[in-house]
Amino acid sequence: MFAGADHLMYGITIFIAMTGLYIVIARGNLIKKLVGLGIFQTSVYLLYIAPGKLIGGTAPIISEQFKVYSNPLPHVLILTAIVVGVATLALGLALVVRIREAYGTIEEDEILEQGESPAAGTITTTQV
Amino acid sequence: MKDYLVLRVVAKLMIVFMLLFALYVQFHGDFGPGGGFQAGVIAAASIIFYAIIYGLPAARTAVPDWLVETMIALGVLIYAGVGVIGLIAGGNFLDYFVLGHDGVHGQHRGIFWVEIGVLVTVAGVMLKVFYLFASRVREEG
Amino acid sequence: MEGVIIGTLLVMMAAVTVVIALQRNLFSVVILSGVYSFLMATVLVALDAVDVAMTEAAVGAGISTVLFLSALYLSRGEELKPLHKPLLPLAVVIATGAALVYATLDLPAFSDPGAPIHQHVAPRYINDVMRETGVPNAVTAVLASYRGYDTLGETTVVFTAGIGVIVLLRRLRSGKKEPR
Repeated sequence: MFAGADHLMYGITIFIAMTGLYIVIARGNLIKKLVGLGIFQTSVYLLYIAPGKLIGGTAPIISEQFKVYSNPLPHVLILTAIVVGVATLALGLALVVRIREAYGTIEEDEILEQGESPAAGTITTTQV
Repeated sequence: MKDYLVLRVVAKLMIVFMLLFALYVQFHGDFGPGGGFQAGVIAAASIIFYAIIYGLPAARTAVPDWLVETMIALGVLIYAGVGVIGLIAGGNFLDYFVLGHDGVHGQHRGIFWVEIGVLVTVAGVMLKVFYLFASRVREEG
Repeated sequence: MEGVIIGTLLVMMAAVTVVIALQRNLFSVVILSGVYSFLMATVLVALDAVDVAMTEAAVGAGISTVLFLSALYLSRGEELKPLHKPLLPLAVVIATGAALVYATLDLPAFSDPGAPIHQHVAPRYINDVMRETGVPNAVTAVLASYRGYDTLGETTVVFTAGIGVIVLLRRLRSGKKEPR
C-alpha cells in the first residue's frame, strides 16, 4: 500500500496548490484572490514538511524515550513562512480597503474599466 | 455585545485564561511546542476578544494606541539589542555563549530574551492591525 | 495507519478548496478558509510538526479569519459576479499541475530514513542540541539560536508589515483627508 501512496499524497497536495493558483488567476474579486493565495501558500508548506516525516518517529523534542525524530529543519523554515504570509495578508487587505475607497468596488474588471480616473470620493470613511 | 450577560461572564473568565495560556506557550516553548510567534498571536487574540465583547473604545482604554505602537518597535529593538550585547561582550553579533558564565547558560539567556522580543513585536503588530481595521467606520457617499 | 489519516485529511482539504473556488458568497469563502486552516493544522500534527501546527492554527485560522472579516465588513462587496468561461487559466493550471506531478515522481519515498534530507545537517542538530544549547525543543533551538539571524529578519518583516498597514490606514486627527 505504501508503494504508490506517497505519490498520491504529493498529487493531492499539488491539486490543492493548483486550485489555489486557479483562484488567484481566474477570479476577479480581490478578497477571493487573497484567499486563493493563502491556499497556495499552505499547500507549499505541506510539500516542504511531508518529506521530513519519519513513520515511527516523533516530533523533534528531544527526550530519552525516543530515538527517531522527524526532521526539525523544514519546521523552522515553514514557521517563518507562515508568519511572513500573514504579514503579507495584512498588507494586502489594507490595500483592498483603500482600493475600495478609491474605486468603489473590489472587482478587478470594474477597476480596470474605471481606468486612470477612478470615481473618487464615492466611499468615505473616517477613523475614530 | 456587552448587553448579553452570558457573553460578558464567559469573556471575563476566558480572557484571563487566554493571556495565561499565551505566557505558558511563550515560556514553555523550550520544552514543548510553542515559542514567541504562537504566544504573540494568542496574546493579541485575547485582547481582540475583549474588544469584540466590550467594544473597541474599551479595548483602546485598556491597551492604548501609544502602548501598542511602542510594542511594535520595542520587540525588534530587544532582539537586535541582544545581538549588540553579544558584540559588546566579546563575541560576534547574536552570539549567545558570551552572555553567561558558560556556553549553555548564555544560550538559555539569549534564547529567552530573543523570544520575548518576538512576542512583543508580533502581539503589537496583530493588535495594531486589528485596531486600524476595526476603527474605520464605513459610510456610503 | 498514519498514511490513512493523512490521506483522508488531505482529501477533505481538497474538497474544501474546490468548494472555495466555486462559492460566490464571500462570507462563506472566508469561513471555509478558516476550516481549511484547521484541517491543515491537523494534517501537520499527523506529520509530527507540532510547532508548525500550533502556528498555523493560531495564525491561519485565528488572525487571518479576523482580518478577512474586518476587510469584508469595510468592503461590502458581498457577491462575486459570473465571468466569461475561464478556459485559458484552467489550461495553464492543468499544464502546471501536470509538470509538478511529473517532478514529484522523482522525490524520495515517503518516510525513508536514507533520504538526503535526513543526512547532513539534521542529524547534527538533533544530536548536538541538548549538549550545545540545553533546550529540548529542537525547533526552538534552531529558530532562536542556530538560525537566529533569519528570525531577526522575520521579526523585521512583521514590523515592516505593521508599519505598512499603519501608513495605509491611518487618518489625520483633524479630519482632513489623506493627501492622495
